[in-house]
Amino acid sequence: MALLDVEELKVEFPTRRGVLRAIDGVSFGIEPGEVLGVVGESGAGKSLTGAAIIGLLEPPGRIAGGRVLLDGKRIDNLPPARMREIRGRQIGAIFQDPLTTLDPVYPVGRQLTETMQTHLKLSDADARRRAVAWLERVGIPAGAQRVNAYPHEFSGGMRQRVVIALALCAEPRLVIADEPTTALDVSIQAQIIELLKSLTRDHGTSVMLVTHDMGVIAETADRVAVMYAGRIAEIGPVRAVVKQPAHPYTEGLMGSIPWIERKVERLRQIDGAMPRLNAIPPGCAFNPRCPHVFDRCRVERPDLLDAGATRAACWLHDA
Amino acid sequence: MRGAARALARFADSDFVYSFSRSPIAILSLLVVAVCILAAALAPLIAPHDPFNLASLNLMDSFRPPLLAADGEWTYPLGTDDQGRDVLSGIMFGMRISLLVGVASIVFASVVGVAIGLVAGYAGGTVDAVLMRVADIQLTFPAILIALLVDGVVRAALPKDMHEALGIYVIILAIGIARWPQFARTVRGSTLVERNRDYVMAARVIGLSRARIMATHILPNVLGPVLVIATLTLGLAILDEATLSFLGVGLPVTQPSLGTLIRIGNDFLFSGEWWVTIFPGVALVLMVLSINLLGDWLRDALNPRLR
Amino acid sequence: MAAFILSRILQAIPVLLVVGFIAFALFAFVGDPVVTMLGQDYTEAQRQALIHSLGLDQPFFVQYAHFMWAALHGDFGISYRLARPVAGLIAERLPATLELAFTASVLALLVGLPMGVYTGIYRNAASSRLFLVFSLIGVSLPTFLIGILLILVFSVMLHWLPSFGRGDVVHLGWWSTGFLTISGLKALVLPAITLGLFQMTLIMRLVRSEMLEVLRTDYIKFARARGLSDRAINFGHALRNTLVPVITIVGLQFGLVVAFSIVTETVFQWPGVGLLLIQSIAVADIPVMSAYLLLVAVVFVVINLVVDLLYYAVDPRLRIERRAAAGAR
Repeated sequence: MALLDVEELKVEFPTRRGVLRAIDGVSFGIEPGEVLGVVGESGAGKSLTGAAIIGLLEPPGRIAGGRVLLDGKRIDNLPPARMREIRGRQIGAIFQDPLTTLDPVYPVGRQLTETMQTHLKLSDADARRRAVAWLERVGIPAGAQRVNAYPHEFSGGMRQRVVIALALCAEPRLVIADEPTTALDVSIQAQIIELLKSLTRDHGTSVMLVTHDMGVIAETADRVAVMYAGRIAEIGPVRAVVKQPAHPYTEGLMGSIPWIERKVERLRQIDGAMPRLNAIPPGCAFNPRCPHVFDRCRVERPDLLDAGATRAACWLHDA
Repeated sequence: MRGAARALARFADSDFVYSFSRSPIAILSLLVVAVCILAAALAPLIAPHDPFNLASLNLMDSFRPPLLAADGEWTYPLGTDDQGRDVLSGIMFGMRISLLVGVASIVFASVVGVAIGLVAGYAGGTVDAVLMRVADIQLTFPAILIALLVDGVVRAALPKDMHEALGIYVIILAIGIARWPQFARTVRGSTLVERNRDYVMAARVIGLSRARIMATHILPNVLGPVLVIATLTLGLAILDEATLSFLGVGLPVTQPSLGTLIRIGNDFLFSGEWWVTIFPGVALVLMVLSINLLGDWLRDALNPRLR
Repeated sequence: MAAFILSRILQAIPVLLVVGFIAFALFAFVGDPVVTMLGQDYTEAQRQALIHSLGLDQPFFVQYAHFMWAALHGDFGISYRLARPVAGLIAERLPATLELAFTASVLALLVGLPMGVYTGIYRNAASSRLFLVFSLIGVSLPTFLIGILLILVFSVMLHWLPSFGRGDVVHLGWWSTGFLTISGLKALVLPAITLGLFQMTLIMRLVRSEMLEVLRTDYIKFARARGLSDRAINFGHALRNTLVPVITIVGLQFGLVVAFSIVTETVFQWPGVGLLLIQSIAVADIPVMSAYLLLVAVVFVVINLVVDLLYYAVDPRLRIERRAAAGAR
């Protein structure tokens, strides 16, 4: 059984000019120990999906349909107090900007012990010992001294290591990492990804890695879900999606990444831009930009269809 | 013509108007403010009695109770004071002076504050440091105290009869001086931001003069916050004036504002003629409350981040 | 730490000198103290003697230096109106004002802070909206009107509390306190509420908007994602982060308390320095006015120092910068 199951998830934002559907029927699962990459342009609904799973949608955003199951039990309709026990303990989260994610007025050690003692029965001394151990585990040298340091005494990369420690310290089974490297220097990005990868592998933690960086996904994920305009365009094993993309949008994404081993004359780009939420075209949302568009795409919306090793929401694969 | 109509249509369809139409408090406040302004502006025409016409006053009419009391009568709906003056008419004329002083002092404060803020923000360096230090020091002293001292100094410097004649200008000056720093600080902040924008750089590169850049490029961009502060401080300025008049250091008795009416009425509180002081007080609070509510709404509407 | 306090005190000196200069300029240029003090009948010799004894024949800056020197020793001259040393007049009335301001501030803080936190956290609750309306009425009600209304209800109609004066006071050395007698405490109730109400609404609105600001930050969202309890998030993290701006404003608001104590003292005939100032302004009693100005400046400097020290205690970022700056030197 999958660790996490998302079924037909819908997220809406009521606005003065009608309801905007930001996520429209997204389904996927994450197995224990699996790394699922979620890619897409900004506004495709990647981060919102993550927020919806841990029950932290910003009002007025709300889950308007579908289910989220952890170990086969629904968690999208839990009372707030129960959901709090799941956040941190069952599902951890890593945010994008380490400069703003840590509370500036407390030492990092205190933030670690606070998180652990909320979820685990630990004495103060044990919690403190573990906090030091976690700091060293995420690659912060001299943890015993640094445990008393305040966030502003760390560099951006070091702070993101602290954030990772905070996300993992209550030993959750799933971590949702929302663009964990986007705000960091390029030179540090690889280190942070490597750290996240090795720590989650050691603990058998599943990861939902949200990013717009296809390169990071290719190196890290087991499977990948490509999102476009609030829906999943394609989902499948990472090798298959990268090597033989089945959806024209994925194809476009892959074409825009520089590969060392491939000899291409120039990088391609996808023409046009993703539609705004209040102007999603009928039929397939990608049809105005699709090089293979045909009549059916403009009227009928495709669901995920088997397409070789992956599944793609594209009429080209309607056998 | 078509352009204007279209601009109007766009304005009517904007989020600004929409959020106004959805806010009963904002609508009600605007209504109350409009009634106050009308009553004040048209007081000489529509007030039922002329409180300044001594010939029409009759001591026999003194302390007539208001309609709310058992023996009230329609001639004096809000009763009369010790001189037999109609309280309602007094309020209308008092509002006239309160609004006039409030608006004039805020206009004065905003002109001074915007000018100083523009110069400080644009010039930077020592000029900026000195001007803002002055503003900071003054901001830590309460406005009412500054106004009190300015008034006290002018009072000491001018002969008494001249002070009577100039009273209203002195009080506008005093409140204006007390309220400029907030405008200056805000405008300086926005100016610092605008100054480094590309379009200002471009204007500098093509050789426009400093004064021209400030007036045509920076000023329009800082007016939004100025409008919000002006609305919010208008309520405060009206209260400043009322407080000074209540303390007896504000306007001469020949030009009674709402504050003066309340001070005069206060003397009769203990003998049971509550209406002489309570009704002007209620009028003052309603007016200031509506202005504050409008200001609050305006701030939220122009700054959606705060919602 | 000691160096920090010292540097703050040094920074305050120019402010005091400037305010002192304004106070002195009032003294020197406004009105004619000689004529005021001599009254109607005097000879030229008497006038010259008085000018000389007041030091008015000396150069301007010498007079300024004398003025500041005297002020430093607690000598603010003689009141024109009461013909008594100003320092004594102020010392006599200061306890009344300070006790009133203190009570009002404590009241404002004790009620305003929790209300601000509450309306910040439960911002859409009906009770929060009620508090907000109440607070807007609070900032729209002039202090003197609050006083008048309270007197009307509790003194005139209900006869529960006195409407003027300080009640019986107990003298502890030169300090007179109303805290120790029943009538003193009863007399304090209405003026303290009058003075505190405006502060209370300001504190509440400020704490609320700061709470809303902080509750939107990433670190609060992250605290939620860590599964912390609402209690820990709202009080441990959110409230803790609002303290710096709240301390600033509350500190600076104390200046407002002093200013509005003038109004409150007038309404309640409270025998403090504010009432003294109003009586002095009415007759242009310049020495009292300039002494009051200096007094307020000193209060302002002390409050700023206290606010800075509190910052230091509350915000770790400041501490580190100091440490770093000290290390660099």
